Amino acid sequence: MSDQQSLFEKLGGEAAVNAAVDIFYRKVLSDDRISSFFEGVDMDKQAAKQKAFLTMAFGGPHNYSGLDMRLGHAHLVERGLNDSHVDAVIEDLAATLRELNVGEDLIAQVAAIAESTRNDVLGR
Amino acid sequence: MVNIRYAKDNFELGENQSVLDCLTSRGVPVPFSCRSGACQTCLMRATGGTPPENSQQGLKDSLKLQNYFLPCVCHPTADLEVALPDDDDVQAVIPATVKSLKLLNPEIMHVVLECHVPIDYRAGQFINLFQDQSLGRSYSLASVPHEDEHLHLHVRRLPQGRVSGWIHEELRPGETVEIRGPGGDCFYIPGNAEQGLVLIGTGSGLAPLYGILRDALSQDHTGPIHLFHGSRDLNGLYLTGELHDLVEQYSNFNYVPCLSGKDVPHGYASGRADDVAFQQIPNLKNWRMFLCGHPDMVKIAKKKAFMAGASMKDIYVDAFNVSQSA
Repeated sequence: MSDQQSLFEKLGGEAAVNAAVDIFYRKVLSDDRISSFFEGVDMDKQAAKQKAFLTMAFGGPHNYSGLDMRLGHAHLVERGLNDSHVDAVIEDLAATLRELNVGEDLIAQVAAIAESTRNDVLGR
Repeated sequence: MVNIRYAKDNFELGENQSVLDCLTSRGVPVPFSCRSGACQTCLMRATGGTPPENSQQGLKDSLKLQNYFLPCVCHPTADLEVALPDDDDVQAVIPATVKSLKLLNPEIMHVVLECHVPIDYRAGQFINLFQDQSLGRSYSLASVPHEDEHLHLHVRRLPQGRVSGWIHEELRPGETVEIRGPGGDCFYIPGNAEQGLVLIGTGSGLAPLYGILRDALSQDHTGPIHLFHGSRDLNGLYLTGELHDLVEQYSNFNYVPCLSGKDVPHGYASGRADDVAFQQIPNLKNWRMFLCGHPDMVKIAKKKAFMAGASMKDIYVDAFNVSQSA
């Protein structure tokens, strides 16, 4: 039966996203490699965006298109957003899931979904 | 058939259509992004009717109580009248009589207003007070509904402040002013009565906190409540007697007056209110935070509180931005 569960269900659905979002956002804010991109932003709006990102990366329901990703990050690409920053985000994401005792196989699947947005996020 | 009313237009909601799709397809400029109820970009408010519960999922409790919802996941079964958060003409102007004016300290005036029409508000929300039709300012409510008969404001006299100058120097008891409101989502929500509350305020940021803390106490909040009120010197603190009385009366309430200047007498904490608070309560996991006053303090304290373990949904703020056209 468990094979038929989606990744989102295996991770625990929306409750898992809620459990992860504060932890993930704290990691991102304290990560010197990327924290400067988050300076001066409205924290409530940013937390909601992080939640939307996590929902997508967890395989949950979303309607983000590649174009949305490009438009949403274009201003950051202008400020120098590059591969190293995407690496940092994916590392922080994996560390968040480890903290929540998620198995490595599921973490790899989440990382793969996040990875699939890399070119759109970087506007390539 | 369900109708969505926006501004003066009525739109028929299509079958399986979300309120967001209904509005944007008719040209209403609702911003949106994820279209799945997560990013909250499309946040709207129901001004008539009740939004379905699942369209409020993930919103801060204080927003839910004010009928905010996410139109992208909203499929109502009854008519809904909606507005964007920035549509500020949704509230009528209400006349109010000035009942009393009294200085709380050299620069803060206690203003008591009697509304001609009762308004439904929560302690800590703000109203807009108008000097004339085009000139108004936001002031937080220090009064508590059911506890206080009238609205209480703490108005700080700003250098060159047009409205605050008018209130301090020209306004007299008995005169009628116009107000609009309430607004804002920085207030106490009953429930989780054992949760610890940390209230940090600078200057007249005490106004919403004084309301919030008395609201919490009157609703039998049992968890610890710590109030840190900061100013540079003794002149800037106020209501100290009333707050010390509350400490006597409620064993779960703690009041810490903080002075950031050089001269700190016994009985006062030395340092900025936010620094003192984070020193005394370094781990804020599971605490509910209320941060009010100077915008820089609020911004810094919000991030610090979050990094110290407070959950984003448990941090309520009221930043006193000074109008550029002061």
